[in-house]
Amino acid sequence: MEELDIRLMKGNEAMAEAAIQAKCDAYFGYPITPQSEVLEYLSREMPGRYGIPLQAESEVASINMVYGAAGAGKRVMTSSSSPGFSLMMEGISYIASAQLPCLLVNVNRGGPGLGTIQPSQGDYFQATKGGGHGDYHLIVLAPNSVQEMADFVFLGFELADKYRNPVCMLSDGAIGQMMERVVFKKREVPAIKKDWATTGKTKDRERNIITSLFIQPEKMEQVNLSLNKKYEEISKNEVRYEEIFTDDAEYLIVAYGLSSRISHKTVILAREKGIKLGLLRPITLYPYPYKRLNELANKLKGILTLELNAGQMIEDVKLSVEGKVPVWHYGRMGGIIPSPEEVLENFEKLAKIK
Amino acid sequence: MSDNTTAKKPRKVKGKTVVDIQKCKGCEICITACSENGIKLSKEINNLGYRYAVIVDDLCTGCTNCALVCPDGVIKVYRTSAKKKELVAEIKNVQSDMKIKIDK
Amino acid sequence: MLTGEKDCIIEDGEVYELVYEKPLTTLTGTRMHYCPGCGHSTAHKVLAEVIEELGIQEQTIGVAPVGCSVFAYDYLNIDMQEAAHGRATAVATGIKRVLPDKYVFTYQGDGDLAAIGTAETIHSINRGENIMIIFINNAVYGMTSGQMAPTTLVGMKSTTSPYGRDADFAGMPIKVSELIAPLKGAFYVTRHSVHTPGNVRKLKKAITNGFKYQQLKKGVTFIEVISNCPSNWKMTPVKSNEFIEKEMLPYYPLGDIKLPSKEDLAGLK
Ligand SMILES: Cc1ncc(C[n+]2csc(CCOP(=O)(O)OP(=O)(O)O)c2C)c(N)n1
Repeated sequence: MEELDIRLMKGNEAMAEAAIQAKCDAYFGYPITPQSEVLEYLSREMPGRYGIPLQAESEVASINMVYGAAGAGKRVMTSSSSPGFSLMMEGISYIASAQLPCLLVNVNRGGPGLGTIQPSQGDYFQATKGGGHGDYHLIVLAPNSVQEMADFVFLGFELADKYRNPVCMLSDGAIGQMMERVVFKKREVPAIKKDWATTGKTKDRERNIITSLFIQPEKMEQVNLSLNKKYEEISKNEVRYEEIFTDDAEYLIVAYGLSSRISHKTVILAREKGIKLGLLRPITLYPYPYKRLNELANKLKGILTLELNAGQMIEDVKLSVEGKVPVWHYGRMGGIIPSPEEVLENFEKLAKIK
Repeated sequence: MSDNTTAKKPRKVKGKTVVDIQKCKGCEICITACSENGIKLSKEINNLGYRYAVIVDDLCTGCTNCALVCPDGVIKVYRTSAKKKELVAEIKNVQSDMKIKIDK
Repeated sequence: MLTGEKDCIIEDGEVYELVYEKPLTTLTGTRMHYCPGCGHSTAHKVLAEVIEELGIQEQTIGVAPVGCSVFAYDYLNIDMQEAAHGRATAVATGIKRVLPDKYVFTYQGDGDLAAIGTAETIHSINRGENIMIIFINNAVYGMTSGQMAPTTLVGMKSTTSPYGRDADFAGMPIKVSELIAPLKGAFYVTRHSVHTPGNVRKLKKAITNGFKYQQLKKGVTFIEVISNCPSNWKMTPVKSNEFIEKEMLPYYPLGDIKLPSKEDLAGLK
């Protein structure tokens, strides 16, 4: 019987360990709370095991190093937290346009501005709606446990390679910092052929060029169209979500990441009181489970989104349900994490249940 | 490229310069680079709309200066060899697989 | 010697052998978009010549900047990446770190390298990345049509210094080579130009060294090229070259700024 590799780790460390096991060839990063452990862990662990950890002079440099190394055909990643992620936006847009597979992790903290180092989900719009300039999308994965912070590294690289698209793991300061049990399974990392990469022009092929410049309007439009086609394909194939007590639910909470953990407790409390509350947790924030939410809306009386922000994902939920049911938002900011009881109380108020 | 820039000496070595006139942008930098005053600008314009470099053949020493500074690389330089007799003999022998370009 | 393939002209019983032609394997042959007389074209050509002569086309990866040379990848027949404005050395770092045995170079203008990309420039050099940086100093933002660059000379007019650069207002032009040479990661720092045949020859030698020294893995080779920008300087190409001689070179003197020692070069093929 295969021995299980079980560890007690912080989410950030689990993610870093997974990067090594996923054969990440290079990690480029710049310290920022609450995710500096990633760079620290990799600086310690990568040498002698696998991969190159390089501390860059800024997030601007990190993301452009990612561009270079991903363009050279290697498996690469960076991680940061909100202000640092903002700084990367130009580079991310270039990466999306040049179609370079890579993994970008944002351990979300409170903003705007320098904000706070406490957990937040305030970067939902930035992650899912572009953030940088131009028409592009990242595939966005939202872990809600330390285990998933590790698992989504493997998944993230896999999806990035499959679609030649940058993948963003949108975590938050709580999941990144908390310690939980995490299991590492033995996995084979398949070798991926990247015949588009700049590895030196051999005689048997034309030169490879990594660029995001398409100065001719016709060419630019073609690139936009083909990117869009890819995003459609991703939307068709890669929507992931988890449902809890949705079978008989009259009400639904939609929440991802940290707030989905709180919501899970809220649902249990509600059920104890006889309120038929369910939970839908989007695992991919892009592509979003629009269709499933639309189906569920047919038999619901109302939906609450719980977000650690001022109400961002609620727009996608509203889009999904096409006005069939009322949609409410409840959220706390500044790093304040509401209790399940607080959420239930506010849900009851909004849904006028008493 | 060797540093063979022996200008003004009695002509042991003779040069011949060929300009791809349709690609010349007429910047005149080659003109300033030619120590023999062997290049001038055409009166006509080429397909790109530029007056182009015209070579005064019998002044050319084959020093390659014009070609070196030509931004667009439109100048090819040919030069006789000091060992020309030997070479002529060789040409006769390998004529069949030679790419010979006759100018004129 | 005469080979079966060699291009030659026969006239009046004399054989003229080909002695110079632009590189055919390492340039794509696409006509460059540069203005007539632009030093970028000459620098591209010299770079391509060196890659051809060293026979390293298959091992070389270039990084183009944002600036007039953004399309360098259309002209150089090698694998290339086009970087965001100022980030070429970060991109090159990414490439070189994962492909340490390839030859990697960046090709950047002065706005790109010395304004928006200063941090990346300094830190890639300070880390001693084993890359070559070719730095085209034309004292102006060419692509965006002639704004003041960090390298614009005092008194020199540009669209954003219409009365001439005022050092009290805009600072002095940066001498990047002198600035970075003291860094240990800078292995070879040299300044050249492309405005005369002799200088083109010297540049070629410098770029050859710039590539070769990468084998030693001892740091950045930094080659500054003083170049013209006839269109934005509003001069003919010939006049712009005179301007280089009279105005640019006194402030940016040509020559080696930092040379590797004999011991440093031991083991070089
Ligand atoms: C982030 C960003 N800011 C500004 C620009 C606009 N821009 C394009 S090229 C350029 C200046 C380039 O000048 P330089 O690096 O000196 O190169 P040259 O064109 O003179 O060769 C600028 C400001 C841009 N593309 N990206």
